[in-house]
Amino acid sequence: MAFRDDVRRIRAIVWKDLTTERRSKAGFNSVASLGVTILVLFGLALGPDGPALHDAAAGALWLAILFAGVLAFNRSYQVELDGGALEALLLYPGARWAIFAGKLIANLIFVTLMLVIVVAVGIVLFSVDVPASWPQIVLIMMLGVLGIVSLGTFYAAMSSRSRAREVLLPLLLYPMLIPVLLAAMSATKALLFGDVMNEAGAWMQMLVIFDVIFLVATFLAFEYVIEV
Amino acid sequence: MPTSAPLLSPDLALDARGVARRFGARWVLRGVNLQVRAGEMVGLLGHNGCGKSTFMRIVATLLKASAGDCFVYGSNVKSAGDDVRHHVGFFSHVPGLYDDLSARENLAFAATMLGFPSADIDAALERVGLTHVTHERVRGFSAGMQRRLSLARLILQRPRLLLLDEPYNNLDVAGIALMNGFIRELNAAGGAALVVLHDLVPAAGVLDRTVLIRDGRVHTPAAADLAHDGVSPQAITLPAGAAGIS
Repeated sequence: MAFRDDVRRIRAIVWKDLTTERRSKAGFNSVASLGVTILVLFGLALGPDGPALHDAAAGALWLAILFAGVLAFNRSYQVELDGGALEALLLYPGARWAIFAGKLIANLIFVTLMLVIVVAVGIVLFSVDVPASWPQIVLIMMLGVLGIVSLGTFYAAMSSRSRAREVLLPLLLYPMLIPVLLAAMSATKALLFGDVMNEAGAWMQMLVIFDVIFLVATFLAFEYVIEV
Repeated sequence: MPTSAPLLSPDLALDARGVARRFGARWVLRGVNLQVRAGEMVGLLGHNGCGKSTFMRIVATLLKASAGDCFVYGSNVKSAGDDVRHHVGFFSHVPGLYDDLSARENLAFAATMLGFPSADIDAALERVGLTHVTHERVRGFSAGMQRRLSLARLILQRPRLLLLDEPYNNLDVAGIALMNGFIRELNAAGGAALVVLHDLVPAAGVLDRTVLIRDGRVHTPAAADLAHDGVSPQAITLPAGAAGIS
């Protein structure tokens, strides 16, 4: 029964976050614009050299997701801070992890939508031929996004009470995300080049392991970081 | 700070024992002892920065006490926060609403989070006089309308212990009457309230007694002392007992 109550709360938080985001529009537009701008700048910096663009595609894509994601995570708690809504949210009875789960799912949907736009632009800008292993690339992207969003949502909650949260969040998040980014970027690049060294599977396993660790740790620790 | 073994009485809505809180090196509360019985309405006075809101936030489980124990209907706010949150309704000086949701959607979200039927939402909106803006976004609401919507959320919740932090701010005369009506209704149902105030006039006839936080501790105020503790001069001239002052 309690679990069913928590599921109901999770659904309410997801609905609330996505509805406020859909109506304000400012968040998604700014996050998607940043992602696309990063890709365009990379494309311009690397010049018209086709092989160089192809080589850099995976790295550029994941960096665009990372930087735009940070903006999204900060925004997801800014909505709560405006007008003291975070206080009201913490006053509702129920498990704290339900709040985290709601925020996490809403951020996953948000970042995935942004990912679709960034990938579409990346394919065109970096002259990427979609390989036969595209379902595996999609899986790697979802695993990478899950790792980034779980840690991003957690650290955004942790830094939300700080006046310097815009600075604090990247400082906390970027070092912790190195393993996820390394695994996601390497697996994506390997698959884009036909996985001749058979390394994609190993990177994917590493990605799964880090996702599990991050998810378990953030769910357990959320209660302690959100309270003062 | 003293933390005696709890001897809990079932008719105590709030039992604070030596509650202390510091921010950095500064102790804001130095050992607050306060008991509020079920059905009792207590005003909490004191000058700005004396720790009234800090104490309320500790009782509401939004802030942890540095020392001492606090019980709400027998549940410890430190170790049984979720039980406490089932009993407590907190009316803060920030509205706690989502600007891009409508009045109805804000209440529907609250009802879902609280596990209450959304069928009561329309009645709550009608009671606070916001039926004409049910589907409008809160972004366009005045401060007073946002306060009324926050009150509607409390009406939905019907808590057993009401924590009101300067509840009359931004409310017009009708809004003050609404607030007092809700407090009296809750009182009639056996609920208790702790109300942070600077101006006792709007709360005249609602409170059973008032206490004062000074130097981080609770005192029983004498009318003559109140002017030094940030309480409005009009309140001091109220008839004896009208605002719970002896």
